Amino acid sequence: MLKRFRYHIAIFFAVIGPGFITAVVDNDAGGILTYSQAGAKYGYLPLWTLLPITLLLIITQEMCSRMGAVTGKGLSDLIREEFGLRTTFLMMFVLVLANLTNLMADFAGIAGSLELFHISRYITVPLSAVAIWLLIVKGSYNSVEKIFLFACIVYVAYIISGFMVKPDWKTAAIDSVRPVLMLDPGYITMLIGMVGTSIAPWMQFYLQAAIVEKGITAKAYAESRIEVIVGCVVMSVIAFFIIVACAGAIWSVQPRDIETPADAALGLKPFGQYAFLLFAAGLFNASLFAASILPLSTAYTVCEALGFESGVNKQFREAPIFYWLFTGLIVIGGGVILIPGFPLVKMILFSQVVNGVLLPFVLIFMTILINKKGLMKEWTNSRFYNAVAWASVALMIGLTLALVAISVKDMLGRPA
Amino acid sequence: MATTHFLFLTELMGLEVYDLKGRKIGVVRDAAVVPMVDPARVDRFLVGAGYTWLSVRHDQVREISLGGIHLKDEQLTPYHSDEYMLRMVRDLLDQQIIDAHGRKVVRVNDVTFEIREQNGSSLLYLLEVDIGIRSIVRRLLQGAVRRQWIRKLQNPVRPNSIPWEFCSILESDPQRRLRLNISNKLLEEMHPADLADIVEELSPDDREAIFETIDSEVAADALSEVDPDIQASILESLETEKAAEIVEEMAPDEAADLLAELEDKTSQDILKEMDVEPKAEVSELLEFEEDTAGGLMNTEYIAVNEKATVSDAISAMRGNEEMLETLNTLFLVDASERLIAAVPLARLFVADASRPLRELAADTLIQVNVDEKQDRVTALFDKYNVLSLPVVDDGGKLAGVITADDIISVLRSR
Repeated sequence: MLKRFRYHIAIFFAVIGPGFITAVVDNDAGGILTYSQAGAKYGYLPLWTLLPITLLLIITQEMCSRMGAVTGKGLSDLIREEFGLRTTFLMMFVLVLANLTNLMADFAGIAGSLELFHISRYITVPLSAVAIWLLIVKGSYNSVEKIFLFACIVYVAYIISGFMVKPDWKTAAIDSVRPVLMLDPGYITMLIGMVGTSIAPWMQFYLQAAIVEKGITAKAYAESRIEVIVGCVVMSVIAFFIIVACAGAIWSVQPRDIETPADAALGLKPFGQYAFLLFAAGLFNASLFAASILPLSTAYTVCEALGFESGVNKQFREAPIFYWLFTGLIVIGGGVILIPGFPLVKMILFSQVVNGVLLPFVLIFMTILINKKGLMKEWTNSRFYNAVAWASVALMIGLTLALVAISVKDMLGRPA
Repeated sequence: MATTHFLFLTELMGLEVYDLKGRKIGVVRDAAVVPMVDPARVDRFLVGAGYTWLSVRHDQVREISLGGIHLKDEQLTPYHSDEYMLRMVRDLLDQQIIDAHGRKVVRVNDVTFEIREQNGSSLLYLLEVDIGIRSIVRRLLQGAVRRQWIRKLQNPVRPNSIPWEFCSILESDPQRRLRLNISNKLLEEMHPADLADIVEELSPDDREAIFETIDSEVAADALSEVDPDIQASILESLETEKAAEIVEEMAPDEAADLLAELEDKTSQDILKEMDVEPKAEVSELLEFEEDTAGGLMNTEYIAVNEKATVSDAISAMRGNEEMLETLNTLFLVDASERLIAAVPLARLFVADASRPLRELAADTLIQVNVDEKQDRVTALFDKYNVLSLPVVDDGGKLAGVITADDIISVLRSR
């Protein structure tokens, strides 16, 4: 019975898979900005980080999807059942805050990318917000499926634009496997930023819920694991081409700082109208895609954790909190972009802080949960895997806290 | 004050326990119901005293109020785990339960107890399970704000609770289900479609536990309504014997569709366990391709000889009472079972008992071959506005019938 929207999405996942979607949506406006900045300022040097990032991503995503497959419950449900309401409430509060700031960055991405085509944000942002709301709440499952499928394909735009700027492939290949560490504060900040944006708290909640929705069971899990790994690799491949495009187009001409992902698109202009168009279109697509999934995912996660009715198939009066949350996120996320003089860059830094504060707790809870025999039966981590998992968690936490420190310093240092 | 006649679990937790001389022994950590003895009365209070937990029986309590619990008997024993206990904090709080009345899965935020005075002593009875914002407020403030204040603070928020008698708790361990005396009665009384919706929201273990213990007929009805992917995973998780019992109760066409979704070995094992008659019908249907008329049809129809009269038809129906709920057409066949005509059921009511059925038949006979493609079948339904469509094999013999509800399922799943 196709009663819930979740099942609509589940059918869509049957084609591409939750692991793939999660990884692809991870390259949203914030991610694209970070990778563009890395390429524009440091060229091909940062490419080596993509390999360890992929590994870290695979380890965390694999644990999430395994938990979903074995327990048949979402991460927020498990946290609620094992750690109680107060912890869950606090976590959900921070998650809403973090996802709201992520959403702002994505609406800024929508505005920025279309302003490159001289369309005012006062037209594009409200239109996109209404379109997203209607698509999710009123969209038939057929149309939503087709639109999301199309959105996944548009990411190829980055790969093509990467080729069009004719980068130095030899250097790119060497730098992908040769780690370079410099004691330049900007460089270190950038490295930490890349790791920080690659693993966001919302992904863990979203991925696990999606695995559950798809009805993947412990028996069928082996296939899912492959799919999760492929997703993480694809995410890194896209990131690779974004960095390479910016290195080839901007850094090789004149290394510089860029402030918005739209700046990066402009930098590609000398290499042909098409490279520019593709990069801008890719940015619009990624922002819109993330802005469609984030509010829905947030509203579901929160409502399930706190036990409120949820689902777009329900009437407003049956699931008021779900609808208020979903609508509120879109309205606020899009609305602030229209406020003249809104400190957006500060907001994105704040977003990194909130995400960074939340992530350690999510990762620690995950690793505790996945080792509970009562939940995971024979599917707990092996001793070796556990050592790797805890080491990765510790590394992620260390890097994220460093990013938090840098962002806080930046936020305070920046004139309002 | 009337408000003192109830107590929330959030208030009970941390409530101080005093002995006969008014000395504090410890604080309440949990409370347990023993459903075998009484489904609603709190049987034990688990009291944390120093490093150990003590077990306080309900008949050792003199008075329960917001001010604390006063005992009338001090012979307390240390707590040790008891499998017959349903512990409120461990087993109920923050867990999912089924609200059989509201027909949904909910998460427990708090529990409301009623304090009953009996023979001068206080007893606690489970009254309601609390969901919604009011109980969240209590949980968030619990321990941080005084109990009396929380009661005042929560007042503006609308309460949202489910009476305990409508709650069906989830327990995935079948042994423990038995010990906790968890009945499936509430679930069995629900409409199968509602039960199916609920089952879809549960985790695989909980689904399995419900289908393993529930009445096979109810299970079959509910399973027919469940999303096809989930259907298959439920059936695969069950013991073969139970799975066969459920499949036997399903309509043959639905059973065949479901078995076709399973791995070959699993569906063969289930077929082996089934009774001869339903097995034959289902196996026959399994032979057909899924997207053909043969794959859509079921074998539950009534066919009589072409020379039969209205009274013959009625006696044929008497022998097939289980089909009557959905039956709308009778079929006439010749001596070698070839389909001759279809008779709309309603025409029987206005005809004399001796009238030959042949005269009541529909003007044109619409039929399809078992190999006809699904798309063509749905087109026929649309074109001729029929409620059921007979399916014949290559020799013109009646093989089965496709009904409108089969077509609705096909169209819905597009």
